[in-house]
Amino acid sequence: MLKYDIIIIGGGPAGLGAAVEAYEKGVKNIVIIERDKYLGGILEQCIHNGFGLQEFKEELTGPEYAQRFIDKVEEYDINVMLETMVLEITPDRIVKAVNSKEGVFTIKAGAIILAMGCRERPRGAIMIPGTRPAGILTAGTAQRYVNMEGYLPGKEIVILGSGDVGLIMARRLTLEGAKVKAVVELMPYSSGLTRNIVQCLEDFNIPLLLSHTVIEIHGKDRVEGVTIAKVDENREPIMETAQYISCDTLILSVGLIPENELSQKAGIELDPITGGPIVNEMLETSVPGIFACGNVLQVHDLVDNVTAEARLAANSAIRFIREGEFGKSNIAVKAGNGIRYVVPQKINVDNIEKRIKFRMRPVNVYNNAMLVVKSGDKYLLRQKRQRLTPGEMIDVNLSKDILKNANLEEGIVFLVEEG
Amino acid sequence: MELKEITCIVCPLGCRIQVEMEGGEIKSVKGYSCSRGLEYAKNEVTMPKRTITTSVRAIGGHLPLLSVRTKEPVPKEKIQEIMLELAKVEVKAPVKIGDVVVKNILGTGVDIIATRNLYVK
Repeated sequence: MLKYDIIIIGGGPAGLGAAVEAYEKGVKNIVIIERDKYLGGILEQCIHNGFGLQEFKEELTGPEYAQRFIDKVEEYDINVMLETMVLEITPDRIVKAVNSKEGVFTIKAGAIILAMGCRERPRGAIMIPGTRPAGILTAGTAQRYVNMEGYLPGKEIVILGSGDVGLIMARRLTLEGAKVKAVVELMPYSSGLTRNIVQCLEDFNIPLLLSHTVIEIHGKDRVEGVTIAKVDENREPIMETAQYISCDTLILSVGLIPENELSQKAGIELDPITGGPIVNEMLETSVPGIFACGNVLQVHDLVDNVTAEARLAANSAIRFIREGEFGKSNIAVKAGNGIRYVVPQKINVDNIEKRIKFRMRPVNVYNNAMLVVKSGDKYLLRQKRQRLTPGEMIDVNLSKDILKNANLEEGIVFLVEEG
Repeated sequence: MELKEITCIVCPLGCRIQVEMEGGEIKSVKGYSCSRGLEYAKNEVTMPKRTITTSVRAIGGHLPLLSVRTKEPVPKEKIQEIMLELAKVEVKAPVKIGDVVVKNILGTGVDIIATRNLYVK
């Protein structure tokens, strides 16, 4: 059986970042397996700007950001299998895949990096009543049509959900001549970045209706309109507020789900909140030698953070193939009051070099709150944060010294203190 | 005295910046946390600018479209005019990332550049 030091599953930003890092650290017997025809993943259709401010200190579009890494993959002559679908990975790191040239084949890995990304929640996941006409699509599908295939999916559009892709598409469709009548958001806050609300909606006078939802879709062959209504604090529609908006297209931007069918088959334990694998400080999953980074681990807002995470996964994979298993990560990391989840979910302080980065999201919007890290009754860190919102991932760095000098028997808890 | 509230779009922090104006002159800027934010706020109250990212028709390439952007931000009020101008543009593959697709679009002094490589099909 053909053997690689590292097999990377997925050729988007996470996979590309991991491959380039591994190569630059001297591990060259690696392969990227990608199911699409091209490398780059979702960045290829994200033709808007705002990428790379941290990584390259300049503002790039998605394809430009991806190309920086693709150029390196080509320069280093890293193995890439395109139009190849991974069917199965096993806990002993055998990868079964298929493509039209070689049929079904198996390869063995010293370490595996999962970089499969995420997919969008579809209509079925949010159970909107009404008929099933043409003209209902997810924001990412609309983005693909407009930016890659050259089709405008509709002329009069309502967008349900205010995730970043939905906001970006509101602007994109407006620029291409469609009329975006409203962006309807169930929650009392947007799940997108503030900058996107300003530059995608406010710039074009597109109304953002918070605490509203679509309660019915009308039309038989094609969408003819939607009925929307305000929702109460339990997110139940208030029927008296129902109003009809005529439109030919309903675009859904209602969340992203890490794509972990392969991980599950390998027996990797998933976090029910993130939808991604439970990982330790090395970004290693519950199966030794299998690592995860990017949107397959947790849905990110910024590709720059994906790249940083991919580097850590690559360095961990290298350490695994050189030194073997790391020793148990026994210290539990928990989300306390006001925090929805924290990644990584467990740590072993001995494996941390100088500091460790935790990434998390709050459950709600908080202004001028304290972000607190505790172990038992003891405070490890208290930081004032001007604004916390579920649409913007929070980073917290903890130094190894703080962790080493604390009694962590009861684990570490991240929480928000108000007032 | 006139107070303008701006949400900065330079980076994901989204700082809320207050600009005090008097007779079209900037009197004070508060709430920014970096020099790019200060610059953005000053532009936003005098001449707001945006980078336009869009696509133009492509002939003979691996994709039917070529993604492009303005090399620098352009005045916000020019967005629609520039979009209409770009609707007329057609490029032939191959195109290299960074190639100038339209020089000095509508006399703004800003070039339109390709944001991806387009290969011959």
